[in-house]
Amino acid sequence: MLVYLIRRLSQAALVVAVMGTIVFLSMYAIGNPIDLLAAQDASDAEKAELARQLGLDRPIWEQFLIFAGNAMRGDLGKSFVYNEPTLRLILQRLPATLELALTALVFSVALGIPLGVYAGLKPDSWMSRTIMSGSILGFSLPNFWIGLMLILFFAVELKWLPASGRGETVDLLGVPVSFLTWDGLRHLFLPALTLSLYKAALVVRLARAGTREVVMQDYVRFARAKGLSYRRIVLVHVVKNMMIPVVTVLGLEFGSMIAFAVVTETVFAYPGMGKLLIDSINRLDRPVIVAYLMFTVLLFVIINLIVDLIYAAIDPRVRLVEAKG
Amino acid sequence: MSEATLSGAPSAPPVLPAIDRGEALWRRHLAAFFASPSAVLGLAVLAILLALAILAPWITPQDPYDLRQLDIMDGTLPPGSTMGAGFTAWLGTDEQGRDMLSGIIYGMRISLGVGAISVVFACAIGASVGVLAAYAGGRIDTLVMRVVDLQLSFPSILVALILLAVFGRGVDKVIIALIVVQWAYYARTVRGSALVERRREYIEAARCLALSKSRVVFRHLLPNCLPPLIVVATVQVAHAIALESTLSFLGVGVPVTEPSLGMLIAKGYQYLLSGKYWISTFPGVALVIAIIAINLVGDRLRDVLNPRLAH
Repeated sequence: MLVYLIRRLSQAALVVAVMGTIVFLSMYAIGNPIDLLAAQDASDAEKAELARQLGLDRPIWEQFLIFAGNAMRGDLGKSFVYNEPTLRLILQRLPATLELALTALVFSVALGIPLGVYAGLKPDSWMSRTIMSGSILGFSLPNFWIGLMLILFFAVELKWLPASGRGETVDLLGVPVSFLTWDGLRHLFLPALTLSLYKAALVVRLARAGTREVVMQDYVRFARAKGLSYRRIVLVHVVKNMMIPVVTVLGLEFGSMIAFAVVTETVFAYPGMGKLLIDSINRLDRPVIVAYLMFTVLLFVIINLIVDLIYAAIDPRVRLVEAKG
Repeated sequence: MSEATLSGAPSAPPVLPAIDRGEALWRRHLAAFFASPSAVLGLAVLAILLALAILAPWITPQDPYDLRQLDIMDGTLPPGSTMGAGFTAWLGTDEQGRDMLSGIIYGMRISLGVGAISVVFACAIGASVGVLAAYAGGRIDTLVMRVVDLQLSFPSILVALILLAVFGRGVDKVIIALIVVQWAYYARTVRGSALVERRREYIEAARCLALSKSRVVFRHLLPNCLPPLIVVATVQVAHAIALESTLSFLGVGVPVTEPSLGMLIAKGYQYLLSGKYWISTFPGVALVIAIIAINLVGDRLRDVLNPRLAH
């Protein structure tokens, strides 16, 4: 177990280092951020001075060595635009993004499991067909457009919910969260719903396939023969067993939710990490882009590891030693 | 389902008639494809959209990029208004007085074009890599598949965003980014079927004839790995179009001078909150129709070309 963890973590470190190197070097090969950062009427001397301050006048290998050396100590450089450590900027926005992604995860389970189980229990009813067609739409429609339509309907036409921002936050253990205030919840609802629809469609498919497989099993037949109520058979015997693939996939998809939050946050002007990335790309704020990427890659690797561990905990048949391949 | 399977006993595996001529097989696939009304509808819609996109300069009432034809007085007119030039803007106009219908047809051109071109290149590259990896086996195969796994473990939107942050805006750059994020899917798909096919007798026979390695791989192995590849490619066109529109919406995709549907939606975003819904909504509807049509075709192709995957 310990060997397994060490092996996985060292693989993770390698991936992060390789990604960081590739992005750093390609990022610095093109585009000149000085033109965007310096004032419109700045003289060449002023520009050169700015480049010197930011360390951009040195040869690229030297810049890279400085960056790599600092990165080893957990310092990913300072933002050109905010003049603050990039890691702090990202961590400031992390709670908002995590809150959004977790809420979306809850939504997709709450929507997807009941609909999927229903479609699996009654595969031929018209309701099930509607659910499955709906899930195809959830898969294929561009997420940002769904967000815009939700804004148009709920914020512009009905004026029920706000269209942008995060709303009021309160500190929970020193972290600002918005799900504890009514205003925050109202701001959270539409972005979280938008972000959840794609995953909800996925959960519907998984839950339906899982349910159809589980109801054929002998233990469900046996439970029926014992005279258990339909409700108990579905809730205990069917749902519990079809949850295994759902949990795995959802765990793996949590990382992609954080990535897709980039789009949702832009649509709803939600102040998370993704919005920071888009703003930084538009302003050529290289250190933030590099730091965001390295941070996200690390997050992905950790999520994948946690999913593997949870998977082993739910399903005793899985042996981690076999999974190392 | 083809008739061959329906006539067999329910418990027996589907009995397919022995077919030795490729032509007959394709005819059978075509017949099976056209048996599904939704797939035919999807194909028809797709054909109409393609025709509109190709014929755009001749059928639109206005050339949306010819600034001389634009009149600022026509700005943000609601759908059904009469333009200064005399024709009716059935879908309204944007802030520069551009007829949305014309803009959408031109935008469809760029969206479909970017989707199709990126898929063709990604497919060619991915399929070649996948089939070579499977044929070579051993270390090369392991190395290629490690790279594929690594790439697929990151969401395509993130990879594309980073690439475009490096490249900058541009239609050609979006296409390159889409190729980079897509090739791995094809490589994995083709490798999977090539691993099965390379053990077949006809490959052995081709080798015994002392045919060159590249001839065996590209003329014998690859053509037999095509059916799953076609299915993946169709669905990927829809993905590519959706991804392109998302990137353009985020402002890192196509430039303002060549607006795709995603760019049109992004431009209408600021007007959405003031109730001018048509600038964002209609390009979105066009995008959604195109994506659904492609998916309907792709779904049916999957059922026809790969009976094992049905349901």
